[in-house]
Amino acid sequence: MAETFPDYDVLAKRNTPSWNERTRDVIDARMAKVERPDILAERQRDTLRAVTARVVPQPAHRAPVNATALVLDKIGSDNGDGFRHHELPDVREAWARGLDAIDAEAKSRFDTGFARCSAYQQDEILASVQNGDVKAPDWATLPPKLFWSWRLIPDIVSAYYAHPSAWSAMGFGGPASPRGYVRLTTNRHDPWEASEQKNDELIPAKVRNRHGY
Amino acid sequence: MAIDPEQTPRAKNGRAPDVMTPGGWVSMREYPENEEVDFVIVGTGAGGGTLACKLAEAGFSVVAFDAGPYFRPLEDFASDETEQNKLYWTDDRIVDGDHPIKMGSNNSGKAVGGSTVHFAMVSLRFRPEHFKTRTALGYGVDWPIDWQDMWNYYDEAERALHISGPVSYPWGPKRGRYPLRAHPLNAAAEYLARGAEALGIKWTETPLATLSAPIGQSAPCVYRGFCVTGCSTNAKQSVLVAWLPRALKAGAEIRDLAMVGRIETRNRRCTGVHYQREGEWHFQKARNVVVAGYAVETPRLLLNSANEEFPDGLANSSGLVGKNLMVQLNQAAWGQVDDEIRSYKGPPSLAISEHWNYDDDKDFHGGWSYMSQGPLPITWAKSLAGGRNLWGQALIDEMARNNHSVGLKMVGEVLPYERNRVTLADDTDQYGLKIPRITFSLGPNEEAMIDHATDFMDKSLEAVGARERWKEMDDTCHLGGTARMGFDAKTSVVDADCRSWDIPNLWVCDGSVFPTVGGVNPSLTIQAIACRTGDRIKQMSARGEL
Ligand SMILES: Cc1cc2nc3c(=O)[nH]c(=O)nc-3n(C[C@H](O)[C@H](O)[C@H](O)COP(=O)(O)OP(=O)(O)OC[C@H]3O[C@@H](n4cnc5c(N)ncnc54)[C@H](O)[C@@H]3O)c2cc1C
Ligand code: SF4
Repeated sequence: MAETFPDYDVLAKRNTPSWNERTRDVIDARMAKVERPDILAERQRDTLRAVTARVVPQPAHRAPVNATALVLDKIGSDNGDGFRHHELPDVREAWARGLDAIDAEAKSRFDTGFARCSAYQQDEILASVQNGDVKAPDWATLPPKLFWSWRLIPDIVSAYYAHPSAWSAMGFGGPASPRGYVRLTTNRHDPWEASEQKNDELIPAKVRNRHGY
Repeated sequence: MAIDPEQTPRAKNGRAPDVMTPGGWVSMREYPENEEVDFVIVGTGAGGGTLACKLAEAGFSVVAFDAGPYFRPLEDFASDETEQNKLYWTDDRIVDGDHPIKMGSNNSGKAVGGSTVHFAMVSLRFRPEHFKTRTALGYGVDWPIDWQDMWNYYDEAERALHISGPVSYPWGPKRGRYPLRAHPLNAAAEYLARGAEALGIKWTETPLATLSAPIGQSAPCVYRGFCVTGCSTNAKQSVLVAWLPRALKAGAEIRDLAMVGRIETRNRRCTGVHYQREGEWHFQKARNVVVAGYAVETPRLLLNSANEEFPDGLANSSGLVGKNLMVQLNQAAWGQVDDEIRSYKGPPSLAISEHWNYDDDKDFHGGWSYMSQGPLPITWAKSLAGGRNLWGQALIDEMARNNHSVGLKMVGEVLPYERNRVTLADDTDQYGLKIPRITFSLGPNEEAMIDHATDFMDKSLEAVGARERWKEMDDTCHLGGTARMGFDAKTSVVDADCRSWDIPNLWVCDGSVFPTVGGVNPSLTIQAIACRTGDRIKQMSARGEL
């Protein structure tokens, strides 16, 4: 799909009143995160990287999102968000077993590891986990549908949408404190929000907000 | 280098953080552990924080504990969903049942101020009949408190929180004006309003606990829209900002990063609490103990405090501690429109209809309300991935259409069932305490209400031209029950004054005392109950009845 907000970059607001100091600190730190080599085995990290690339493809024309690094960070912290489904183990163990099982699923279907499968094959494997129609025996102790909906999806999606590139691509206002917003009503936006491209035309805020537009 | 409030307690050495100034302090009275204080309060959220203020202002000595950090929103809060996870209770909990509840950000806070630090500020009164559902409407159980009595305390809470609301509220008994004017509608709220009008029902601006005019040191809301991840401007009238500064001024002590693990009893009365702070266990003596940890931690503490005198846990002669856990239904309807909505701006729920709380022409029990919505990116991505099974490029593309998405979300009444409950698991947490197991299943009544509500909200969206509509069927919010108040010791845990039937100097004052949850968000009711309990304790004390 074509970019909807081609001239918009949340990061351009970093030094404006939309970002307080605390926000600058935490987002700088997040964007600087690289994949920790001490979390999971190398093969599991390869699988995770490949899974992440399929579940949340990189934005086309923007700085890449370090989603794999952020998921690894979360796995390292072993923080389960305050709840654990009774049929699933802790975060770290669920991920280790889940990634092994996805790899095993690739072997049983395509006779090679998940990271080496084609994108098409990878999607087929992921869909089998999502729908629970898996073949590998590794899933006997890890319900695939639960792993998918309670662990894999929330963790990967939360990592990706914690990154400014993902916010820019969706036209989200991003951090907004202390300066919030003035124009709240239908079809109005502030000059510091994303302008949307419609029919190949970009309508900036000052035109958009004119009465009778 | 500033101390990290998540690692090192701030409220110490005669001072507590001044929430209104970066780096600021206010003085705080401190009580030695071997001094028997009048009240120890466990939890500083909607129930505990409000009660701490009321009791301190009544002249009692009060020490209020919270397991969470003492934040200064102006310096500690980022505009960021991920960073603000630090506000939630993320300790290990096991969930099971047919519909296991997602905890954490969905319903549980761990900070001084409790879950109100990240609540959405919707501040509503129960429908009067919802205090007497058994006798007035034929389902659930009655509350032992009268609605007229509650109306006075709702007034008090609304004034303390400077609620902004409409000039006249369309439902319920005639009421006075809200303290502040209503906030303007955002586009999502305009869509609710037009939909309600098309379907011929009433709507109004949502009464909210965020300022629409400057009050004291708080500036008005700037419509930044990050409310459920904490308000970094202090416009939000959380317990942290509204009640606790008053409590400190009146001489209460607040202990942050202090986890209470066990309540001690001797001769069938409480003598104090064991708590962990800075890695060590301590004991604080008290004449009375109030538990206000919310509907999971409250029963957990009562059960974890089992001893020889009370082998089944404290206040549990009825066997009801932990039972009758209720959530509220939080299903939604969504659609796409040509207009730009950009619902990330402003408090998430600026318009509301309570029509179905007050109309009893339904084929199920209970009420529900619905509000406009403004999900932040991670929340929205999880909704799309979970509710529509989107991932890959389909998810990314759909996310890029979010500024044209519009939705309505219900807050619906779940009935009390004993099978829905909090028990103790065998695993232990970082404090060495047994963790809770939370068992929850919906019943046919809830399923019927979900169908009714999601159909109605879908119709409202259809009426205003939304296309590609879909229903988000798997979401819950707000907890209640597990230490219900009632009329006698057999069928309830505490009486109308939140006092336990079994142990006269043990009290519960939070969302767990709700016998039924009604169809509105609970925190104003919790705060009103705390105001009432404070007054009742003062009266009983004057009569020598404590
Ligand atoms: C995202 C979100 C949005 C919400 N929006 C609304 C809304 O718009 N309107 C509304 O009315 N309600 C809303 N709520 C619900 C509302 O916040 C809660 O119902 C209310 O805060 C509960 O009050 P409480 O006193 O029972 O518990 P809480 O406010 O949760 O306070 C409990 C406190 O006790 C502490 N604690 C627990 N156990 C211990 C222990 N053993 N030792 C020491 N401390 C302990 C916890 O750290 C916590 O701070 C929302 C909740 C969430 C999560
Ligand atoms: S929208 Fe208002 S209440 Fe919400 S976080 Fe922003 S300033 Fe605070």
